[in-house]
Amino acid sequence: MAKLIKNGKVVDDNWQVLPADATEVPAGPVIVPLALWQSAAGELADRGDLGVWLAPDEDPAELADALPSLAVVAIEFPKFADGRGYSSAALLRSRYGYRGELRAIGEVLRDQFFYLTRCGFDALQPAEGRYTDEQLVASLASLGDFSEPYQGAIDRPEPVWRRHQRQQVAA
Amino acid sequence: MYRYDAFDQRIVDERVAQFSDQTTRYLAGELSEDEYRPLRLQNGLYIQKQAPMLRIAVPYGLLSAAQLRRVARIARDYDKGYVHFSTRQNIQYNWPALENVPKILAELAEVEMHAIQTSGNCIRNFTSDPYAGVAGDEVIDPRPWAEILRQWATFHPEFAYLPRKFKIAVNGASEDRAVIQCHDIGLDLVRNDAGETGFRVLVGGGLGRTPIIGKEISAFVPWQDIITYCEAILRVYNRFGRRDNMYKARIKILVQSMGIEAFREQVEAEWQHSRGGPGTLTESEVARVAGHFVDPAYETLPAEDAGYHRQLADNKAFAAWARRNVRTHKQPGYASVVLSLKKTGVAPGDITSEQLEQVADWADRYSFGEVRSTHEQNLVLADVRQSDLYAVWQAARDAGLATPNIGLLTDMICCPGGDFCNLANAKSIPVAEAIQERFDDLDYLHDIGDIEINISGCMNACGHHHVGHIGILGVDKNGQEWYQVTIGGAQGNQASLGKVIGPSFARAEMPDVLERIIQIYIEERHADERFIDTARRIGIAPFKTRVYADRDVKKKVVNG
Repeated sequence: MAKLIKNGKVVDDNWQVLPADATEVPAGPVIVPLALWQSAAGELADRGDLGVWLAPDEDPAELADALPSLAVVAIEFPKFADGRGYSSAALLRSRYGYRGELRAIGEVLRDQFFYLTRCGFDALQPAEGRYTDEQLVASLASLGDFSEPYQGAIDRPEPVWRRHQRQQVAA
Repeated sequence: MYRYDAFDQRIVDERVAQFSDQTTRYLAGELSEDEYRPLRLQNGLYIQKQAPMLRIAVPYGLLSAAQLRRVARIARDYDKGYVHFSTRQNIQYNWPALENVPKILAELAEVEMHAIQTSGNCIRNFTSDPYAGVAGDEVIDPRPWAEILRQWATFHPEFAYLPRKFKIAVNGASEDRAVIQCHDIGLDLVRNDAGETGFRVLVGGGLGRTPIIGKEISAFVPWQDIITYCEAILRVYNRFGRRDNMYKARIKILVQSMGIEAFREQVEAEWQHSRGGPGTLTESEVARVAGHFVDPAYETLPAEDAGYHRQLADNKAFAAWARRNVRTHKQPGYASVVLSLKKTGVAPGDITSEQLEQVADWADRYSFGEVRSTHEQNLVLADVRQSDLYAVWQAARDAGLATPNIGLLTDMICCPGGDFCNLANAKSIPVAEAIQERFDDLDYLHDIGDIEINISGCMNACGHHHVGHIGILGVDKNGQEWYQVTIGGAQGNQASLGKVIGPSFARAEMPDVLERIIQIYIEERHADERFIDTARRIGIAPFKTRVYADRDVKKKVVNG
């Protein structure tokens, strides 16, 4: 079974991610591309086990009204160096108030875990085969690369100087 | 200057541990070349022709004596005993071994230094006025703001994988000494009519392949809002900047294609959601950071030191140095000294470990233990008593750091070029050296007066050639190195981009080309008219005619 990092732990994952060109929605927990969801939203609305994934150039605003009915929203990173998904995640969490599972899919690597979780991802799914089970467990260490980041983000909205009393220099 | 508290230190220490682990995994084959590349770049590490190059951040150009000594020691222990100061005020090691880089970073962290975000497609080191805090024309000290923004940008999780690199400069004086018009974001500290502090914000400036002067996106952003405002700009850029073509990926292209009005509207719309939120700056946080940038304990001195004036009168060489390398200071009886890293025969911006240690000693002895680096690739002792200038000059002269050429033709800005850099199309250091050798008469140099020659070995423009009064750009033609010349570029408040005068030249021709350009200027100039003013008045045509005169003759002979 596929593995997933959810809230800082390696767990089994039973969601199926449909490819961008999928036209049929199978039974079972499934994450569909935005276009498919938009064309079949009416039929899919009542399913409790439905998620939608966004490509980097797809606007999270498209999902704003549907968010309460979605069990998962995933954001695709076709290349890990394509940073648009960080902004998409931040928008979903802040502007659109999404509280459900937000999953990073595609080229998801441990050296980006810290930034991804800061931007609101609670589920990280490296491509199948990228890491061995052992490496995946080891990768959890990267979630804690920095203990007190400077700036506010989704995980800690306040900057460090609001979270803590910082030392004043003696006059 | 800013000193780390426990939070700053922990972030830098954790970075060393993180990068050390990443490098270990890379060397063990767990991280691919492609996966490791952005990680090492965001740590300033390039793989270059001869060896890796490691770029160390010098936030807005400020260094302590202790930091200089550490930089010198590392150069001696892990490199070839010298470093290079870049045109973004940073320090570059040209020869470190990859496996030593984590150790180097650990040693730097001990003196509150790092290589964070000195390369890669992220928010880069903040640059500013090297005379911040001491310049007479300063409106607001830019250093606290540069530090506040540096902290905000450090490991910003949303903006680590931007379409392309992102450079921010901050200026707080009436004259722009931070080239803010040629940055992705240029911040100009201003007061509004009510006397409140804020920022005039420019966006979309830059050099490189498509040089563009930045446009004003806001005339006044209140200081409390500068983080949320910059965040809004970055988010719009991160989402909509081009990623399909790296040559069109800078924010300047996005601003240009949308138009500044539409871009501004989108930023404003984005900003309405974050304005007033937790990123809003507080008086206490600004005061905390500003507390690191109070004036040093200046003595009360007469405005003019009699002994200094006697020394000037008595010693011609000292007077020549003082005329070019000493700057006025806001504090009576003090001056700022520019240590020239532009001695003929030394690559512009290069300095040895021994020299660095000497500079550190002078900083401790004469300038409150601080040094600044300039984007013109020189060093500054910002707070020297006039009565100490003679001693500083003697020491600097003995160390080879007192070439009296600041602002003169031989004080060229020059990237490392094809001798070191993988990106370069052509060498730049030998061109600088050949020109310096041609113009070796100090009286003539003083007669030519203020002129800026900027040399880049490729169109990435690290040598800022577009804004040189004379710009020289290395180009590749059929595998050969050629040099294109521009005239009329300028930095500062009247920033402008130079115009290409014509077909490019072989390297050996460059000293002659420069000589002819200077001759035209000498013939055409009005009394006390600087090169750039003459060039603006007469345009490039007279230069072009003279420089290409022989070629036209040859062509006529051939055709006739």
